[in-house]
Amino acid sequence: MLSGTAALPSELWAEIAALGWTGVAVPEQYGGSDIGFEALCLLCEEVGRTLAPIPFLSSSMAMQAILMAGAPDEQDRWLATLADGSSIGTLAIFERSGDPAPDAISARVIDSRLDGVKIAVPDGTAADLAIVAAKQADDEIGLFVVALDHPSVSRRSMANIDGMRPQAELRFSATPCARLTGGVDGWNGVEALLAKAAVLTAFEQIGGAQACLDMACDYAVKRMAFGRAIGSFQAIKHKLARLFIAIELARSNASYGAWAATQSDRGQLLEAAACARISASEAFEQSATENIQTHGGIGYTWESDCHLFHRRAKLLAVNLGSTGYWSRVLADLVIPASDREANHGF
Amino acid sequence: MDFEDTATEAAFRAEVRHFLEANATRRQAGQAESEQLDVQASRAWQARKAQAGLAGILIPTEFGGRGGLPIEQVIYDQEEAQFRTPPGRLFMITFGMCIPTMIEFARPEDGKRHARAAIQGDEVWCQLFSEPAGGSDLAALRTRAERQGDEWIVNGQKIWTSYAHHSDYGLLLARTDFDAPKHGGLTAFFVDMKSPGIEVRPIKQIDGSSHFNEVFLTDVVIPDTQRLGAVGDGWKVALFTLMNERVAVGRVDGPDFAMLVAGLRDVERDGRPALAHPTVRDWLARSYVLSAGQQHTMSRVVTALSKGRQPGPEASVLKLVGARQLIDTAATMLDFMGPAGAISDVDERSDGYFQDLFLRATGERIAGGTEEIMLNVLAERVLKLPGDMRADKGIPFRTIGTQAAAGGRP
Ligand SMILES: Cc1cc2nc3c(=O)[nH]c(=O)nc-3n(C[C@H](O)[C@H](O)[C@H](O)COP(=O)(O)OP(=O)(O)OC[C@H]3O[C@@H](n4cnc5c(N)ncnc54)[C@H](O)[C@@H]3O)c2cc1C
Repeated sequence: MLSGTAALPSELWAEIAALGWTGVAVPEQYGGSDIGFEALCLLCEEVGRTLAPIPFLSSSMAMQAILMAGAPDEQDRWLATLADGSSIGTLAIFERSGDPAPDAISARVIDSRLDGVKIAVPDGTAADLAIVAAKQADDEIGLFVVALDHPSVSRRSMANIDGMRPQAELRFSATPCARLTGGVDGWNGVEALLAKAAVLTAFEQIGGAQACLDMACDYAVKRMAFGRAIGSFQAIKHKLARLFIAIELARSNASYGAWAATQSDRGQLLEAAACARISASEAFEQSATENIQTHGGIGYTWESDCHLFHRRAKLLAVNLGSTGYWSRVLADLVIPASDREANHGF
Repeated sequence: MDFEDTATEAAFRAEVRHFLEANATRRQAGQAESEQLDVQASRAWQARKAQAGLAGILIPTEFGGRGGLPIEQVIYDQEEAQFRTPPGRLFMITFGMCIPTMIEFARPEDGKRHARAAIQGDEVWCQLFSEPAGGSDLAALRTRAERQGDEWIVNGQKIWTSYAHHSDYGLLLARTDFDAPKHGGLTAFFVDMKSPGIEVRPIKQIDGSSHFNEVFLTDVVIPDTQRLGAVGDGWKVALFTLMNERVAVGRVDGPDFAMLVAGLRDVERDGRPALAHPTVRDWLARSYVLSAGQQHTMSRVVTALSKGRQPGPEASVLKLVGARQLIDTAATMLDFMGPAGAISDVDERSDGYFQDLFLRATGERIAGGTEEIMLNVLAERVLKLPGDMRADKGIPFRTIGTQAAAGGRP
């Protein structure tokens, strides 16, 4: 499994689909159960907690993209099979090293044909369709739906630090594609999509962080040293209490993000998503690292689960842009450009 | 979680806002809150709130309060924070700790009398807990109360007692049995601060001001009717008080985001405005994330309260994060100001707020339970990790060592 190229464990996926997880945030008219975005967030948390090797986040992000940027007929066309889990979607945005930026997109669509290379595409080998960010003839960025089984698409699985969350390189040459024309366009649209993805990811990160803290606490009461449980040493206790605090703050920010994602204010969503992402990335990375440390030597082994979280934490912390990128996004939103606007904030 | 008021909450918020608009002026964004404590103004403000039925929100109506919900207290505090009012600090200990303890443990007639007086602004209370020998280890306190008929004679010394010099009454924890194990020999009382034998001496604090005191008690007579709880049950009473304290100090008062921005507006870095510098912007954004985390954690507390549930450990999370952030914020703001950061002159260029905060903030990690003690509490109560090793369990208080073992540092 831990190869980065693993095939999809289709039994688990089928079970998840049968439970209706894949369609919770999709309206009934498009084949979902319309329970809502917050329910989707909680499922992401569960996936994060269990490290479930399924393309849940990828496919959910694709559905969110279609819901956000698609016109009604496009939603009608693409959502049903994603919502019932019979097909898998993903986002293909990034092309090279460095944080997200409009200049970093060179994929191009001319006459509904896509050319370009996308890297680090989550679940890119298993996915049936991708939402691709690409430039049009006029250099305007748009979001395009691409069926990945077309012969003009070549896919290569990329080894990654996670090993259980496959990523791929996708090469498109004159690949047929359909633009999402629901009115959300340009880099603004990509940013809003990344913001929703960041909120979902934050819940997955919190699930992972909580799992690390639970593991560390379990171990700390069992492992004896110097005649007492290591959890009675303050260096351990305080470290774990600080993780608890980091996770609680992240949980609060993510909950606000989940709420903001259902409102119509773009600035509010970006701001909430940035706060959720920064605090959840940090909470998960710290929890994963300190979980290894709390376990001592056993934490450094292939055998223990500690490293699986350490790997996942880094993958999720970079996959939508680093915390530095989100810090810049947030700064641009909340630091007023002039005295006139000085009353923003807490 | 709820980020919007229910209809009744919104109506209460409107009532509060209406009162505040009529009785106070709105704070400008970026403007510092006054740190000056004007005792008369604070008492008068308390009386004005009482008239409007907005004082003692959490106190039951039979004790003269509003009998309101915790969520209403939170709403009131949120709204008042947007106005310039005399700082509520003078009454924080009164309502946060002392009056709830009185209502729970005093004779009903005493609870009623004092709750009403405090609500009207006529009584300020202090907490006579900490001693030179009992801070974090509060139960190690040595002030002695000896029974003589229907009275108790108290001798000893308290320290760090906030607002003792303004207080009419105090909540007192004393040792009534030196042979019982540490926690078992304590008894709680309330005491008239004008009693003969009480001497209050101000302590000059880190910033030169004096809000806390030493309190010396010499043959102070306390009627047995002023005992709170049973003899030997003082620790139970203290835990009740401290539980309320943790909630009361949960919110740390500090500069809001607009004040950070305002404080950096005229600062330069690397030849450009600090507000345009990536390092400064990154720090501001991260500060915003921390504040947002606390604000939304507060929403979680409020949601729990508004659904009638007890909030979880969020309140201690808020204190731990807020106190640390306050210190880091002050220190970083001075760094950004460069050499001028050390100048605390108040002039047209600076109001000295962050220089003042730099000193004042250090107390937040100590008051109301130190950071280390609160981390211990989180680790033990929430994460269920084992308690520390201790050398004082189950033995008579008299025999517990008070000197550091030989062989330590000279
Ligand atoms: C501004 C301010 C206002 C206050 N107001 C009041 C008041 O109104 N009434 C009142 O009764 N008290 C008041 N206090 C006192 C306050 O509660 C105590 O200062 C506090 O509990 C710490 O006790 P201490 O000062 O004796 O420090 P100590 O207990 O001696 O602590 C010294 C250091 O040792 C650490 N330490 C102690 N025990 C442990 C442990 N088990 N594990 C790890 N580290 C440990 C502490 O965290 C601290 O860093 C006030 C304090 C301040 C700063």
